[in-house]
Amino acid sequence: MVPTNRKYTANDEWILEEDGKLKVGITDFAQHELGDIVFVDLPGVGDEFKAGDDFAVVESVKAAAEIYTQVTGKVVAVNEALNDDPALLNADAWENYIAVFEGAIDGEVMDAAAYEAKIAQ
Amino acid sequence: MENLKKTPLYDTHVKLGGKIVDFGGWAMPVQYSSPIEEHMAVRKNVGLFDVSHMGEMDVSGKDAFAYLQKLCTNDLTTMTPGRCRYSMLCYEDGGVVDDILVYKYDDEHYLIIVNAGNTDKDYEWFKSHLFGDVKLVNQSPEWGQVALQGPNFMAVLDAVGYEGAIPEKNYTFTPAIKVAGIDCMMSRTGYTGEDGVEIYCKAADTPKLFEALLATADKTGIVPCALAARDSLRFEACMPLYGHEMEKDITPMEVGIGFAVKMNKDDFIGKSALVDPPKRKRIGLKVTDRGIVREHYPVYCNGKLVGQTTSGVFVPTLEGSHAMALVDMDVADATDFEIEVRGKKLKAVQVPLPFYKRA
Repeated sequence: MVPTNRKYTANDEWILEEDGKLKVGITDFAQHELGDIVFVDLPGVGDEFKAGDDFAVVESVKAAAEIYTQVTGKVVAVNEALNDDPALLNADAWENYIAVFEGAIDGEVMDAAAYEAKIAQ
Repeated sequence: MENLKKTPLYDTHVKLGGKIVDFGGWAMPVQYSSPIEEHMAVRKNVGLFDVSHMGEMDVSGKDAFAYLQKLCTNDLTTMTPGRCRYSMLCYEDGGVVDDILVYKYDDEHYLIIVNAGNTDKDYEWFKSHLFGDVKLVNQSPEWGQVALQGPNFMAVLDAVGYEGAIPEKNYTFTPAIKVAGIDCMMSRTGYTGEDGVEIYCKAADTPKLFEALLATADKTGIVPCALAARDSLRFEACMPLYGHEMEKDITPMEVGIGFAVKMNKDDFIGKSALVDPPKRKRIGLKVTDRGIVREHYPVYCNGKLVGQTTSGVFVPTLEGSHAMALVDMDVADATDFEIEVRGKKLKAVQVPLPFYKRA
């Protein structure tokens, strides 16, 4: 269920290393908890963040959820498709990332097994 | 969640896969399938809500009419038995205690429906103003209530079977009617901006009633609907919600529900304070920048802080994000506003209330 090729944060984000860059998104568990997603407030390309910062906001019908990064670095790309269709995060949270960072993971992250155990609680 | 109050339908909600949240001290479902689908079901077909958490006060006695007339801002003089009337209860300073629905059984017997979160407060309010021959009973635990809402609500009643008269006019009710063989009371009322009825029964009968209505789904397409859809539906119809558009420091005149305040009737609590023209006005805003507006966000006009949003809800049938806001009277007719969202000011234009009106 939970892809084994990435790292997970305590706030239900995933981090996938690809071509030396770090893709960040929210987990399937997170999208399910949020419900129908209707707007994603994306960061700007070039914005710099420290691990622990919120870098995006995902708004569902019910509430606004801040999305945190465990990466310290710079945003080099954002998933523009979410501007037109935020529900892509509901459809496939693993495929639809939020932003790509240049930088490094900073702080605690989990592997798939540990994350699966966390959400099973 | 253990300390939360539960309606008679709690187990039913869990069984149906409802996502349970703490709603003002009540364990209630916020959604079953998807809030958007549930919203659309009520607009296009029919949906069913558990509203058993609402409070019920039974008021009887020779002075029941005079007593309620003193507490309600609306005029009950013209009510005949079998009618429902929307009213406010106000404090002496004009602020709102609660908005209520008055059901008249007869001249000496009424049932008052109050907001769930205000039940205890309202009961104390009613109790502290008792006079003459009036008996007040908080019947909230004894009643179950479901709301059957949407253009095709009659198809559900036809399919499930009923004995008695369906209330034909808005804001009327039938005190005794059998639905699916269960003794009920039914009113042509709701909180969705759509046609429909609200059905009351004994608390213990509520699961049977709820499940019987849902069991018509094969024929009628009825779906269970939860709090998120209830909020987006009432928001789209711009029906005020206590704790948002109405509060103890907001008057009914500011909310724009003067129709429920009859200044020409004899004295009622709050009347003298409501004579002064309101200082603020509830308006509708449509956000023209990208973003979603929620409640309690600051609202600006020409760079000046003029008020705040009272509700902001994403509505699937409306293009863009909308909000209701309470703003200073001197900018109440302005067109261009800004709403501050997480430090950013989003452009918004005033649009008429309500956002949705049934054809």
